[in-house]
Amino acid sequence: MPIQIEIISPEKVLVSREVDMAVLPGMEGDIAAMPERAPMMLLLRGGVVALYDGDTVKDRYFVGGGFADITPTRCTVLADKAVPVSEISIDNATAQLEALSEAWDQADKTDTTRLSVLQDQIQAVRAEIEAGSPTS
Amino acid sequence: MASLKELRARIGSIKSTRKITSAMKMVAAAKLRRGPASAEAARPYAAAMRRMLGELAAATKGEDGGPRLLAGTGQDKVHLLVPLTSDRGLCGGFNSNVHRLTVQTIRRLQSEGKTVKLLPVGRRAFNFFSRDYADLIIDKVIGVSGKEVPFSAASNLGEKINTLLEAGEIDVCSLVFNKFKNAMTQVPTCQQLVPMVMDEAEEKPAAASNDVALYEFEPDEATLLEMLLPRNLQVQIYASLLETAAGENGARMTAMDNATRNAGRSIDSLSKVYNRTRQTNITNELIEIISGAQAV
Repeated sequence: MPIQIEIISPEKVLVSREVDMAVLPGMEGDIAAMPERAPMMLLLRGGVVALYDGDTVKDRYFVGGGFADITPTRCTVLADKAVPVSEISIDNATAQLEALSEAWDQADKTDTTRLSVLQDQIQAVRAEIEAGSPTS
Repeated sequence: MASLKELRARIGSIKSTRKITSAMKMVAAAKLRRGPASAEAARPYAAAMRRMLGELAAATKGEDGGPRLLAGTGQDKVHLLVPLTSDRGLCGGFNSNVHRLTVQTIRRLQSEGKTVKLLPVGRRAFNFFSRDYADLIIDKVIGVSGKEVPFSAASNLGEKINTLLEAGEIDVCSLVFNKFKNAMTQVPTCQQLVPMVMDEAEEKPAAASNDVALYEFEPDEATLLEMLLPRNLQVQIYASLLETAAGENGARMTAMDNATRNAGRSIDSLSKVYNRTRQTNITNELIEIISGAQAV
């Protein structure tokens, strides 16, 4: 029995179809959304959502953080930013990482909220580069 | 009576005005067709967001306090108004409607003894309010209402508001913008963002469904809520920005259509005057010649 997955970015609906399993990059570890899973709300880190048909990965999408709402029949991913892994631009991401590293160096080290925001952003961009590089 | 030369010049100038207004109308119409598509595309995200917030709010119900975005600062003293307008004019009453509603709201709040601050979005609003209410303006955002509205514009604005709120500089925040009804009508609306107003209708289905209690949260509810609320703010702002963009094009299309039609009408009546004047001149000349010939 498949589960309905939706990946939605603020601009548009990226994916809406049925899959057998979706592995989501949760803030505290990866979680698989499968049919009949207990309902759950999840905070996502930057990483790759893998869609499985049977035992094989059909599609991979990069999400730059967001939320997921999992119910027994449905999995909704609200992504801050979402792109298919094949369309990731490494150059853009590298430039972004440099800008963020600079911001990190200049940031006030006592401002913990700002630091943790930056840290999350840097993590997301690193994950994007890793997902986009052909060796992975 | 104007001379023939003057009339010709006026007709010529109105003709070129008509060309410009009809071109602007076409451009606005083309942009308008694209507008609703992006508003449509942004809707699922907002809907899913509302559903999650509803479920979360139901799960955390009964707890005291909560983040400031949801509950406000507990005070009602300093209001932040965010009027959303376009950067360019020539779109009929589109911007002045927002200005009027904003000014009304400012007057009402001030008469109630509250402090008002302004954060105008769009060059038109900034120019308008820097005339009479320059001391209320704390910041401005210009250049977001281009042909496409990027989500980053909304998230920057949301962050700005959130920072002000966390710093305790504002207690209540409202958006003033044109709700897009159709190309002809935009309804100026004042929508309160902070503290959040949960519609009865939105809260009910969440409260009614039994599986609310079964929800697992990772990390805990409070952290999720804290992350979700700023996002929700941004999504609401984004939706309003899209409505403003669509409304601007609609209003411009209608205004330019009227202008084109008026130009045509005034060309017609001026041509009539021109032709009549020309005929009078000819008749006059003939009379002069004939009476001259008779006198000889």
